[in-house]
Amino acid sequence: MTGKLRLALLASTMLAGTAAAQDVTLTVESWRNDDLQIWQDTIIPAFEAANPGIKINFAPTAPAEYNAVLNSKLDAGSAGDLITCRPFDASLELFNKGQLADLTDLASMANFSDVAKSAWQTDDGSATFCVPMASVIHGFLYNKNAFEELGLEPPKTVDQFYAVLDAIKEDGTYIPMAMGTPDQWEAATMGYQNIGPTYWKGEEGRKALIDGSQKLTDDAWVEPFRQLARWKDYLGDGFEAQTYPDSQNLFTLGRAAIYPTGSWEIGVFEPQIEGAFEMGAFAPPVAAEGDTCYISDHTDIALGLNAASPNADAARTFLEWVGSDEFASLYANALPGFFSMNSNPVEMQNPVAQEFVSWRENCEPTIRSTYQILSRGTPNLENETWNASANVINGTETPEAAAERLQEGLASWYEPQKN
Amino acid sequence: MAQRKAFRWHIVVFLAPAVLVYTAIMIIPLIGTLNLSLFGKAEGGRVFVGLANFATLFGDPRWSTAFWNALANNAWFFLIHMLVQNPVGIMLAALLSSPRLRMAAFYRTAIFIPTILSFVIVGFVWKLILSPIWGIAPGMLDAVGLKSLFAPWLGREGTALTTLALVSVWQFVGIPMMLIYAALLSIPDEVIEAAEIDGVTGWSQFWKIKLPLILPSIGIISVLTFVANFNAFDLIYVSQGALAGPNFATDILGTFLYRTFFGFQLQLGDPHMGATIATAMFGIILVGVCIYLFAIQTRLRRYQF
Repeated sequence: MTGKLRLALLASTMLAGTAAAQDVTLTVESWRNDDLQIWQDTIIPAFEAANPGIKINFAPTAPAEYNAVLNSKLDAGSAGDLITCRPFDASLELFNKGQLADLTDLASMANFSDVAKSAWQTDDGSATFCVPMASVIHGFLYNKNAFEELGLEPPKTVDQFYAVLDAIKEDGTYIPMAMGTPDQWEAATMGYQNIGPTYWKGEEGRKALIDGSQKLTDDAWVEPFRQLARWKDYLGDGFEAQTYPDSQNLFTLGRAAIYPTGSWEIGVFEPQIEGAFEMGAFAPPVAAEGDTCYISDHTDIALGLNAASPNADAARTFLEWVGSDEFASLYANALPGFFSMNSNPVEMQNPVAQEFVSWRENCEPTIRSTYQILSRGTPNLENETWNASANVINGTETPEAAAERLQEGLASWYEPQKN
Repeated sequence: MAQRKAFRWHIVVFLAPAVLVYTAIMIIPLIGTLNLSLFGKAEGGRVFVGLANFATLFGDPRWSTAFWNALANNAWFFLIHMLVQNPVGIMLAALLSSPRLRMAAFYRTAIFIPTILSFVIVGFVWKLILSPIWGIAPGMLDAVGLKSLFAPWLGREGTALTTLALVSVWQFVGIPMMLIYAALLSIPDEVIEAAEIDGVTGWSQFWKIKLPLILPSIGIISVLTFVANFNAFDLIYVSQGALAGPNFATDILGTFLYRTFFGFQLQLGDPHMGATIATAMFGIILVGVCIYLFAIQTRLRRYQF
């Protein structure tokens, strides 16, 4: 009697064991808790339907705590199988510690350009450790109704840009441009990094700065500051105390005509505007008609593999899928403004998002100049750039003096810039 | 032969809770911080660097410029409190203690309430009031025909720190007021009556009789203000962010410490330099308090009633 029972128990355990082995559950660590619903409703069902036997558990933490929580989980060996990667140094450090697996041999890596992968590669580019998921593109949003009212066309060149601003200012109904300086990052990210690539020729200038053949005091790097200094006259009254949410509200309430920004605002703005006016987008203007345009297509989010994961094979299957066209299309449509970095163009429904992504066809993409390598030391180039951009717009520092100061700070710790 | 007194264990037992708690949450972290400032980051761990961090803080032009800027801003922040908060607090206390003032309890409560508000609320509310876009400050000035006086004060290098210092004064003026009010109430009526018989009334009574009697309280308030101001951080962080803009015009030691210790955006935190700044702050406050204790408090005359 007991023998039979034992046998039955043994058999059932074995059966259960095989069943569990078939169903692998992969846990995804992420800081995108805003995306929980999108993962559960769209992304996970699509993957699970195509790959029976692999279950995905999306387990996000709060953005501000993510890095700290992830690091301690990785150290303790309790982190999930898949790790959402921050760009550049934060993830590079994990790879160097051996906590992220090398994914260079993943077949879907072929779907991504070198620029797209640069945020998750070793400095020499020999190893890639995360599959790029999304980037954000800088540009200008504008109020289409206001432009129609005043008979204006979205500008293509710098001269047209200022002509449009002058016309809006002269009319006086709208604040020409919504931007403030107290938060500083608006000035740097949506100003300097938005229009800058046009002058330093995108990747060419960015790489030259890293290898030391160009300096921040070169004309290509000072000119964006000169442009920002001109913006001052077109900002609203009291822009020195206008915060980032103030700027957003000025635009969504229809009080400002142009808003220098990044594509991530599309998803935020559309429900706020609620059809009160139509929103359009134009790319950073070029110096002269017909010049090559450059856009900041900033790599922001990727997915990597925990090197200690017991389910590496299943995780790789999932990562291949994340690198596929299907995932790109699902993700980009669920989150308008977060663009897939996949080289194959993605069909998107949102017209403003389509406009942003269409610039990729003619313009050269680059990433924010200060993010790779150049912000490893003290003083931190990114933070200094915030301060310098805000000063230049406020008119408290000349573009030349600001550039000089940045160069001095960078040269004080960065070898290739010392001489 | 007189027997030696038994060791009085109960003293140790009664002191133990306070000593243990204070040691655990104050002394040990303090020593830990001082200790941390003597180390530096190196390949695979930390190494003892002696006073090298202090040499960097005071010797490296970048670090020292930032440090002296923060210290000067902090000194200005303190000066505004001493020149505005404490005199206004004394004046309010003098008015409140006047027996002819009606609704004194209401004024006392109303003026004290901001003190118990959170910094987050105060910073946010004042930022909104002073906002050039949605704020009520431009509208109110417009109503009295003084619109031209309005400027985005929080966004200008010349005015941001003073504005924030005044916001802080607004918040904390209740504390000197309450302390001085209590001191004024404790002046015996006989002293006041004697003064009145001698013909000392009104303002001269305040200057000649009451002020000397409340001087010790003013001394305590000054030192409390000093310690609070040199440890300040919250209001600046809430209203101007960790970068203490515009162009570090509102950067005080607290925000400088925060940025260095915890890092900011792409800048990684540096606990060793952070601890160095914390140690420097500790030194500054220690010196300030010692000056008060040994140079001022010992000379204050005490009156016995």
